[in-house]
Amino acid sequence: MKVIVDQDKCVASGQCVTAAMDVFDQRDEDGIVVLLTDTPPDELAVDVHQAAAVCPALAIVVED
Amino acid sequence: MSVLIAGASAAGLSTLEALRRQGYQEPITVLGAETHLPYDRPPLSKQYLCGDWDEVRTRLRPEEMLAKLDANFVLGDPATALDVERRLVSTESGRELSADSIVIATGLRARMLPGQEGLAGVHVLRTLGDADALRRDLAGASGAGDLGDDSSRTQPRLVVVGDGVLGAEVAATARKLGCSVTLAGPQGAPLESLFGAVVAGLLGELHAAEGVELRLGTAVSGLTSAGGRVTGVQLASGDHLPADVVVVALGATPATEWLVDSGLTLDNGVVCDSQCRAADGIYAAGDVARWRHDGLDALLRLENRTNATEQAACVAANILGENRSYAPIPYFWTDQFATKIQVHGLPSADADVTVAEGAIDERRFVTHYRRDGRTVAVLGWNMPKQTRLHRAHLVQT
Repeated sequence: MKVIVDQDKCVASGQCVTAAMDVFDQRDEDGIVVLLTDTPPDELAVDVHQAAAVCPALAIVVED
Repeated sequence: MSVLIAGASAAGLSTLEALRRQGYQEPITVLGAETHLPYDRPPLSKQYLCGDWDEVRTRLRPEEMLAKLDANFVLGDPATALDVERRLVSTESGRELSADSIVIATGLRARMLPGQEGLAGVHVLRTLGDADALRRDLAGASGAGDLGDDSSRTQPRLVVVGDGVLGAEVAATARKLGCSVTLAGPQGAPLESLFGAVVAGLLGELHAAEGVELRLGTAVSGLTSAGGRVTGVQLASGDHLPADVVVVALGATPATEWLVDSGLTLDNGVVCDSQCRAADGIYAAGDVARWRHDGLDALLRLENRTNATEQAACVAANILGENRSYAPIPYFWTDQFATKIQVHGLPSADADVTVAEGAIDERRFVTHYRRDGRTVAVLGWNMPKQTRLHRAHLVQT
């Protein structure tokens, strides 16, 4: 599983962190997404897909 | 087993994606009133209106991802009736589509002012087509063709009627485009009935500092026109605001007129139980759905982007037999000029507002809204990460 985020699209809602806090974080100053790992372990697959689904800016792509 | 989703915007597409993600492999039809592939609405008043984004960028998913969802998209054909008993939707072109489960996700329709229809220069903003028309008009209405005596004027004069989220966003974007902008509405400050006087006051200050003329605290009584084109906005106070272009942003109503003969309960939306079910096998999701929120013990209808996705996921789970209640913490955001405001929960003007982090003077803060001894909302101003962390104060006790 590979995770790609688009920081230009990100609207800093933080929904991804709520869904998968071991994979996503936000910058302190403006809340833009920070990817903690682009190859998360398989047991986080459900959470990561959930994060991509709830992102209101469609800024997260997951490649299985 | 088959599913028909009436509505091809955020809620409709999210339902489709959630069904496929949860392993559903049966036929799914998505019926859309507009001809466009599913697109996102929040950018219409911001990135798309100001020209930073093109149409392709507003699409919710690229075409190849849509194709992988293996659904039958029927676009440009509005639903006109629902037969609940037979689970059958009729469309404008005469199609009759039936399915074992039907999802109502037809969204909203923008409210208009009396006399607005057919008048050139007056706009609502709900669809991509609306945004295109407004963009064209703002680009074309430079005032150069105006025979008035103000020949030095080159900025289009825009009056925004409505001091809610959309009106304030359009005002901000139009300033960026170089328009002369007046914001008119009945509240004391933009979004005051939602945010209360303190935060709304700051928003009003922001708009004024960025050059928006605020004509608030007085109702709009109508439009003035000449030769089929709008010339301005008449206020109840008697003042007249001259305009080349007018945007009417007075909110929207649930798009349920196609359901009036269906027998479903319609009351400010499609009324649903706590599992977003309007009748056996019939569900509603997104802006159009008014469902029982168990946590708040009230019927709730939310007009925001995140709700469309989250509610759709719940509906998809319930189609697959989960019987899950939907009780989210509402969330929305608004970007105006360089300011990002994010709101978790349900703020209201009568709540007590306290600063929990940051400082108002620095225009970077998080506030808590408290009512009846409980924190009912968290609002952040240019402090996204910290705002999300404060959301924990809202988690149901």
